[in-house]
Amino acid sequence: MPAREGTYGLLAEFETPGDLVRAARQARQDGWRRMDCYTPYPVEEAAEAIGFHRNKVPLLTLIGGLMGGTAMFLLQVWVSVLAYPLNIAGRPMYSWPAFIVPTYEWTILWAGLSAAFGMLALCGLPSLYHPLFNAPNFRDGATTDKFFLCLEALDPKFDRVEARAYLEKFQPSSVTEVEY
Amino acid sequence: MRRPRVEQPMATKEIKPADHWVDPATGEYRVVAPGQSFRSITEKIVRIVLTPRTPMGWFALFTLAGGGATVLLTAVTWLFLKGVGIWAISQPVAWGFAIINFVWWIGIGHAGTLISAILLLFKQTWRNAISRFAEAMTIFAVVCAGMFPLIHVGRPWLGYWMLPLPFTMNVWPQFRSPLEWDVFAVSTYATISVVFWYIGMVPDLATFRDRSQNNFAQYFYGLISLGWRGSVRHWMRYETASLLLAGLATPLVLSVHTVISFDFAVAVLPGWHTTIFPPYFVAGAIYSGFAMVLTLAIPLRKFYHLESLVTERHIDNMGKVMLVTGFIVGYGYGMEAFMAWYSADHWEAFAFWNRMFGPMGWAYWVLIASNLVIPLTTLWSRKLRTNIAYMFFISIVVNTGMWFERFVIIVTSLYRDFLPSAWGTYRATKWDYMVFVGTLGLFTFLFLLFVRFLPMIPMNEIRMILPQAKIKPKAAVEAGD
Repeated sequence: MPAREGTYGLLAEFETPGDLVRAARQARQDGWRRMDCYTPYPVEEAAEAIGFHRNKVPLLTLIGGLMGGTAMFLLQVWVSVLAYPLNIAGRPMYSWPAFIVPTYEWTILWAGLSAAFGMLALCGLPSLYHPLFNAPNFRDGATTDKFFLCLEALDPKFDRVEARAYLEKFQPSSVTEVEY
Repeated sequence: MRRPRVEQPMATKEIKPADHWVDPATGEYRVVAPGQSFRSITEKIVRIVLTPRTPMGWFALFTLAGGGATVLLTAVTWLFLKGVGIWAISQPVAWGFAIINFVWWIGIGHAGTLISAILLLFKQTWRNAISRFAEAMTIFAVVCAGMFPLIHVGRPWLGYWMLPLPFTMNVWPQFRSPLEWDVFAVSTYATISVVFWYIGMVPDLATFRDRSQNNFAQYFYGLISLGWRGSVRHWMRYETASLLLAGLATPLVLSVHTVISFDFAVAVLPGWHTTIFPPYFVAGAIYSGFAMVLTLAIPLRKFYHLESLVTERHIDNMGKVMLVTGFIVGYGYGMEAFMAWYSADHWEAFAFWNRMFGPMGWAYWVLIASNLVIPLTTLWSRKLRTNIAYMFFISIVVNTGMWFERFVIIVTSLYRDFLPSAWGTYRATKWDYMVFVGTLGLFTFLFLLFVRFLPMIPMNEIRMILPQAKIKPKAAVEAGD
């Protein structure tokens, strides 16, 4: 991401997950779209509240698993039938039941790797810098016991003064302006 | 006079109602001690790692375990210089301690995956506190296990021949062999376990990053937490990925010991050639794995004062899982005996008779006593299951018993060959013992490093099961509930 200047957004801090979810739900209803919640553990209701319902991790996992399994099966067939046929006691070359175990393992291997690394890629991680880390109260709370709602400056409704007044209505413990 | 009957959930019967460890809503022992907040839990776990003072006990154990790891290094160095002839393996017992230890260690690893994956799928939230170090246990057990086949091949520098690589003299592996399947099963298991463990740790590492005071720790945890910031969008993908990884690890863990049992069951040797092996190996793996989790959890909770997070409920539940898997293992033993008779196969019957009453019969009775008699008669009692000292004792007994099970399967099936002229015996050498003791040292060594530098209890998962994580409707909040 190119370096930006100015305000990233306004960050409201809440004490309980319930307050955060109510605020997020209301903001979504009032037309806010560019916003995100930050919580110390997964809060499913908050994701629902900001309209994040589905993700692509399962699809990536499926693709990875199918590719891994197919690749391993074809490799075994190629090795055992074409590249290096071993005739042991006259058994058939294309003995597919014997190939199932490595195929099964590689399906799981590549599905698992796709799930893990696909998840990180979809989240845009690793990204060691993020503007939110500039907020003085963010790092003390977001990974411990505080719940944050961030209205981002990229939202067309965003106006520093109005957005702050809007957030104050939810009675957060603080509203902080986050710089890039 | 009859007292009026009070309807009670079964679990509450033996418990005094005033016991604050019992949740009045469910009648079960609590998973987390009452009165914890998000911050208090975080502080408790963070303090174990981000402290300038390492407890002296840790150093003492670390030195001891390091000594064990050095023994391993010595034994393996000598092995590489002299070859596998320094071990007791020969004909007819070509698989000795190396394969016994391999099967034993990888079995131990299975409980970690069971706790982290299968119990996650079953929504058993009590598992949250013990899942992380059970996973760590899996990884270190697989490290110890994976080493054995490699050093057993005699020329470990040619170990890559087992992989389907195109650049070794145009020779390809034989994909119809269970030993080759093992390569894929164990390597997949190791990889997926590491990935699952690491991904699970990322949010907790972010907590460490944010709570650490010194620059080096901030830099180190900052790097390995990948910039995690707890966005709910990330959390949802993370939850999906965790669930999928759990769903993938479940069939994986069942397949790994199954494939290992194929190493035996596919051979035509009496005592090995039986269809009960896959389920019986998997159950035995979980049995010994839970025993190892107890062996680790009981001293850990005492040493780091984690009794409020790893509660009696955990110990009790693990005792129950051991009871169940112990009975499956018992069924396996029974089926072996039954088939030896029912198959009407002379060799099969002899192998089994020899197993019980032959020159190494004592090993069979050690395994029966420590896997069946002692645990399966006592684990019924809730009093004993929540008696910490007793559970520690049981965990050692079962681990010993499971080691003897593998010893019996391997040695007593091999040392009496079909022809009496080919009979032999097996007596482990000091190098065999050194490698085995050495892996115990290496395992402890790695585990101690883990508890010192990484979050051994998943903070984010504990936060999820606290009562304050429940989202109440607005009306309830206004009513001051």
